[in-house]
Amino acid sequence: MKVMVCLKQVPHQDAKLDINSDGTWIQEDNIKFEINSYDTYALEEALRIKDADADTEVVVVSIGPDRVTQALRTALGMGADRAVHVNDAEAFGSDALCVAKVLAAVAKAESPDLIFTGLMTDDGNSSAVPPMLAELIDVPSATGVLHTEAANGSLKVERELEGGAIEVVELPKPCLASIQTGANQVRYASLKGIMQAKKKPIDVKTAADLGVSDVASKATIDKVYSPPKNATADILSGSTDEIVSGLMGKIKELGVL
Amino acid sequence: MADYTGVDFMRLDDTQFSEEERVVRDSVRDWVSKEFLPRLQEHVRKDGSFPMELVPQIAELGMFGANLEGYGCAGMNNVAYGLMMQELERGDSGLRSFASVQGSLCMYPIHTYGSEAQRERWLPGMAAGETIGCFGLTEPDFGSFVTGMATRAVRKGDGWVLNGTKRWITNGTLAQLAIIWAKDEEGQVRGFVVETDRPGFEARDIKGKFSLRASVTSELFLQDVEIPDENRLAGVEGLRGPLGCLTQARYGISWGAIGAAMGCYDEALEYSKERIVQGGPLASKQLTQQKLVFMLTEITKAQLLALQLGRLKDAGRYDHTMVSMAKRNNVDIALQIAREARDLLGANGIVDDYTAMRHMVNLETVRTYEGTHDVHMLILGEHITGMRAI
Repeated sequence: MKVMVCLKQVPHQDAKLDINSDGTWIQEDNIKFEINSYDTYALEEALRIKDADADTEVVVVSIGPDRVTQALRTALGMGADRAVHVNDAEAFGSDALCVAKVLAAVAKAESPDLIFTGLMTDDGNSSAVPPMLAELIDVPSATGVLHTEAANGSLKVERELEGGAIEVVELPKPCLASIQTGANQVRYASLKGIMQAKKKPIDVKTAADLGVSDVASKATIDKVYSPPKNATADILSGSTDEIVSGLMGKIKELGVL
Repeated sequence: MADYTGVDFMRLDDTQFSEEERVVRDSVRDWVSKEFLPRLQEHVRKDGSFPMELVPQIAELGMFGANLEGYGCAGMNNVAYGLMMQELERGDSGLRSFASVQGSLCMYPIHTYGSEAQRERWLPGMAAGETIGCFGLTEPDFGSFVTGMATRAVRKGDGWVLNGTKRWITNGTLAQLAIIWAKDEEGQVRGFVVETDRPGFEARDIKGKFSLRASVTSELFLQDVEIPDENRLAGVEGLRGPLGCLTQARYGISWGAIGAAMGCYDEALEYSKERIVQGGPLASKQLTQQKLVFMLTEITKAQLLALQLGRLKDAGRYDHTMVSMAKRNNVDIALQIAREARDLLGANGIVDDYTAMRHMVNLETVRTYEGTHDVHMLILGEHITGMRAI
């Protein structure tokens, strides 16, 4: 069996972020990056299939600049077999559909039985790429998956619904599942694994190599900014009765109830 | 308080460290943050215990004997190994000590001075964390003056009989084997691998430590312990043996101390930005900034010293005097930084919700063990003058 896992390298959750000089993205120079947290659960889910069946091949795929190789090496160190790195300036940071198109081209070339992705990315937050990717390659998909069970011809998944309910869905293979955080306990890249990862291949491609053109984003980011700090808080003072009546007066005045 | 992302003022990350080295560091850092630190406080509050339940994970990650080749070891270069030690000691000096003793003081001598049979017999189990080692060199009456050691190894038939006492031995009561250094009848220092279940071997813990509380420190008593000759490390004689092990461990300490310092600096910086004193953040005061700048500058210098030493070690072009300089300097600045950080934390700094005071008292030990601060000064003094100081 072959499992393709899509990874995005995103700014570290604890990185101190500043807006870049033209106000259209964050300043990426000299901050730490890590694998998108959702994607680590997707990778772990794939590695568990490999743990149970040594014949399984886990291929990790990422779109991004040179720095992305560290994320791919980490994934290889955790146990993935090989990596595809789409190093393409237009495809990187493009809109969801263009990213999905590029990943679809990789998926067509790889023909995996299963595709695992994170439910969303920590930086983009759109959750749009996984279902788009499934549509483009015409395979069924399930989102927000907490548990997977791969059988011969199908994948059974448990999806998280609102209100704490769990939905059990069976998808014929090939199929795609976007994995929710907390689905499993993610392993660490072991030092031996990292040493072995040096010998594992990272196949570097451009969008053109994959036969995809027109991958530049159709949507443009006009502006990224931190919400302005407003000094509009009124602090009520006085006795408890005065504060309560003052608060009631404010509520009535604003008409919020 | 924000999670920890390290200290890298001179951009060593993208100019000096390889991808593999960064991946190793980040993986160990992540493990320390998520698995080790949440369990640490209860062990610090207990006197002298180590979270033994983590040993299988430490082994699984490959952190025992990580810079050794073969026998189940990871075979990393020395810079990656140093970065691992840095991250372990950012957790706690006790954690780094555990890895130092197992790898540099116990696995290294078997790997370097042992026979092929000895390597195959012991190293895979030690790399897997199934066999824990301890290193018996220091004695109650002989610390820095190791030449004076009183432990004796006397030939008996095809084997040896060991007698003596070793003190300040990390992991003594946890260990399944001990590397024991003893003088033979000719006064020659020899090394032995002693299984701790041999008759006449006893280990007792030293209690009441203010420092390295999340670490087991013991005293070893050897009374007529009989050892077959096949347990002798035949590849070395004389003080060169134990000193060679110490050079390895001191190398790891020179990186580890930076980790403790980085942790203290990070904590003090975050705290001082949030703590309001006289109407403004503590970080806005000149005296605070002076302390923080001192910390960052010394950390950066220590990083460069350790990095250059590591590159030379990988190239086979280092010697023990360079290790003395790095161990001496980096532990010294780490201790100063821990004290300054504790100072900035004010009263909060004395409770164990904060790390600076724990690092500070740990580093008092690290300054003393593996060659004291002053002994390393004398090693360097003799090296540059050609004269042994009196």
